[in-house]
Amino acid sequence: MPVILSGPALYEFSFQPLTHYTNKMEQDNRRNFLKTTGAAIAAGFPSLIRGQATNAIKVGLVGCGGRGTGAASQAMKADDYAELTAVADVYQDRVDTCLESLGKINGAKVKVDPKNVFLGLDAYQKLIDSGVDVVILATPPGFRPAHLRACIEAGKHVFCEKPIAVDAFGVRDVLETAKLAKQKNVALVSGFCWRYSNYIVATFDQIQSGAIGDIVAYYATYYTSPVKPMPPAKDRPAGMSDVEWQIKNWYNFQWLCGDSLVEQAVHSADKIAWSQNDKPPISCVAVGGRQIPAEDGNIYDHFEVNYLYPNNVRAVLGCRQIENCWNENADYILGTKGACTIGRSPMPKITGAKEWTFEGQKYDMYQYEHDMMFQSIRKGQPINNGERMATSTLLAMMGRMAAYTGREVTWDQALNSQERIFPEKLDWNGSMPVAPLPRPGVNKLI
Amino acid sequence: MLYSFLLLVAAVNFEDKIAPVLIDRCVPCHNSVKAMGSVRLTTSIAVSRVVTPGEPEKSALYTSIESGKMPPNDPKLTKDQREAIREWIKEGAKWPPGIALEGTRLPAVERAFVSRLRDKIAANKASPASNMALIPEGDFVMGSMRRKDEQPPHKVHIDSFYMDKYETTWDQYRLFMFAKEEGVDAVSRPTRPYVEMSFGMGIEGFPAISMTQHAANKYAEWLSQKTGQFYRLPTEAEWEYACRAGTTTAYSFGDDVKQLVNYAYYAANSGGKYQKVGSKLPNPWGMYDMHGNVMEWTLDQYSTDFYAHSPAANPWNQAAKPYPHAVRGGSWQDAAEMLTCSARVASDPSWKEQDPQLPKSVWYETDAQGLGFRLVRPLKLPSAEEMYKYWNSGVEKDN
Repeated sequence: MPVILSGPALYEFSFQPLTHYTNKMEQDNRRNFLKTTGAAIAAGFPSLIRGQATNAIKVGLVGCGGRGTGAASQAMKADDYAELTAVADVYQDRVDTCLESLGKINGAKVKVDPKNVFLGLDAYQKLIDSGVDVVILATPPGFRPAHLRACIEAGKHVFCEKPIAVDAFGVRDVLETAKLAKQKNVALVSGFCWRYSNYIVATFDQIQSGAIGDIVAYYATYYTSPVKPMPPAKDRPAGMSDVEWQIKNWYNFQWLCGDSLVEQAVHSADKIAWSQNDKPPISCVAVGGRQIPAEDGNIYDHFEVNYLYPNNVRAVLGCRQIENCWNENADYILGTKGACTIGRSPMPKITGAKEWTFEGQKYDMYQYEHDMMFQSIRKGQPINNGERMATSTLLAMMGRMAAYTGREVTWDQALNSQERIFPEKLDWNGSMPVAPLPRPGVNKLI
Repeated sequence: MLYSFLLLVAAVNFEDKIAPVLIDRCVPCHNSVKAMGSVRLTTSIAVSRVVTPGEPEKSALYTSIESGKMPPNDPKLTKDQREAIREWIKEGAKWPPGIALEGTRLPAVERAFVSRLRDKIAANKASPASNMALIPEGDFVMGSMRRKDEQPPHKVHIDSFYMDKYETTWDQYRLFMFAKEEGVDAVSRPTRPYVEMSFGMGIEGFPAISMTQHAANKYAEWLSQKTGQFYRLPTEAEWEYACRAGTTTAYSFGDDVKQLVNYAYYAANSGGKYQKVGSKLPNPWGMYDMHGNVMEWTLDQYSTDFYAHSPAANPWNQAAKPYPHAVRGGSWQDAAEMLTCSARVASDPSWKEQDPQLPKSVWYETDAQGLGFRLVRPLKLPSAEEMYKYWNSGVEKDN
């Protein structure tokens, strides 16, 4: 746990423009150079320069589920003066549980005045207007593009959980927002957490410095048990609207989660993108379907996507969420001079011309992504993962399009898709017919 | 916790009168997962949304029960139950600190369950499974001068017990993880993991890993219920006694580290992953993989001063807090010196550091990929209260 220093604020901290304070902060940096976090040392990672300023950074959390609560806790640990001042959700009880958990771990840094607890579908906007500096976006992904735009337009720094959209409209919106974040010099850090994992970063460093030669093929697996299965329809309370019922069971609806490939296996898509230096593929084909009864939901429980990259490089991504099957979350990367395997043992391995395995201690990537974000904010050089998080999400999404339609889908088709999955208008009490499970050969590529 | 219950005795007893009704009739719908009507009745804060202390008539919890609206399914609550809830609210709706009505049973409910289970076990005359070895009663010197936390070496008497010859495998543990039992007599079981818990190291014939001590305890309780035999984790002393198997050397085969490859998987020969159980040589008492492969949970609180005042017979340093607990035997990740009979490891909160959710799971130690367990079965059937303590060591509340 970082040490919490007391004392008056050295200066008023403002988030835009930050550059005014850079010189002052650099002086503070030097003065506090040796102040480090115990956690970082324990994890065997280079110490972070931290706590240069004593002015508070006010954090707001949108989406108070387990992941959002975890991210808020990490944000508060990432900076000596980061504090949680506002929360937003659609349910009071979610907020209660979240604040109970955070109170136990982050103690006095949880400073949420009851007037800064916002409920409802417009709660995010009220939270933005409550005077926070950093916003954590951790709602179901369908909401993300609109939430992100509102945050960046208001000049807030954002930690944005993956995936960042459920349709290409959302991806294009986020690409624009990412540019705006750069213009406004605010941080936009994505929850594609492997990019902040020291041992996976070290592995991709090896690959990119030629340890396995040129990549010829990539096989990624994301085979797990069901994530948040749909409850039977009889569990739906009388009078609960379609919209509320579906948000409550968000993982089972395309418009909220983007389907299992886009919501979960997108981590594997992100690593495939990473291996290709975030350059897009030419096209993909895919199969997918659903074996487990959908119980009024409309997502698939398995996909396999085959991506074509330039020079006949192939990347295959398989994912499944069915019980009692072979479970595996791995990456097999084949190169002209060797192979790299991630996930078939606790440490990644490279075999072939060069033998390599990660030696050293893994550190907590979830904490590290927040450490890096807050450090970048303090330095006045905010991190922007915006474009990358949009293209990694689109990579998974084009696989979904190919599976739903049975068509080959090019990158340009995916990027320019006119299919709108997330509704333009949403009413908490409204109806929301569930689109039937997609049928390849019947569903059109739009 | 007990203390706060005592405070309530004079008034309506929460644990006796209120919690059982809530758990039985309300929590099945008003829990963290379902939260019907956005109402949870599982924690003090959640309940405070529907209760105005001192004023039952203004409390939705009471009025919806009194009007017959809740619970929606028959039978309706009895007059006594309704009255108790009314009185409890009138007296201030006091909720014992730290109590949540889900995830784990209330102590009284668990005690009643254990008591019924003990009766069932006592009536069962079947002999134990053949995959356990009989460990004879005897004395041994526990500890060593090797490391500070193994001192002082001290003489300990151990009663006879059966012990698994092999580390618990995924084949066994997954039956528990994915069991479908429901109802009041179902032992609480792990939530579904988000990640693939073998981390690609293999399932069939391979040791189960990355479970909390709470999870291992609940597995023992579940298995006891399934088989009608009493199982629990070994105490730290029992573990070391069975590992030494009558020897006094660093390892059960002697002091020669060069021989370790014949008996154990560890950093030097594991190939960076765990291996199938029972594929190396056993110790003199027929126990496999006591050295290496996966390190193993014991019942004891890890303590550096317990050895100095350890009881002479069947010592057990009962836990008073979630961390640290003692783990033994070293793993595929460790160097040879961590595999000795006496080497001790202390469990640590960082073992679940990478759980991205809050509250963190009480079931998984996602970062401890060399951590497993095996069970024992004492010859003498313990009392129900002892059983309760073996299966509920407090680690379920580590958030």
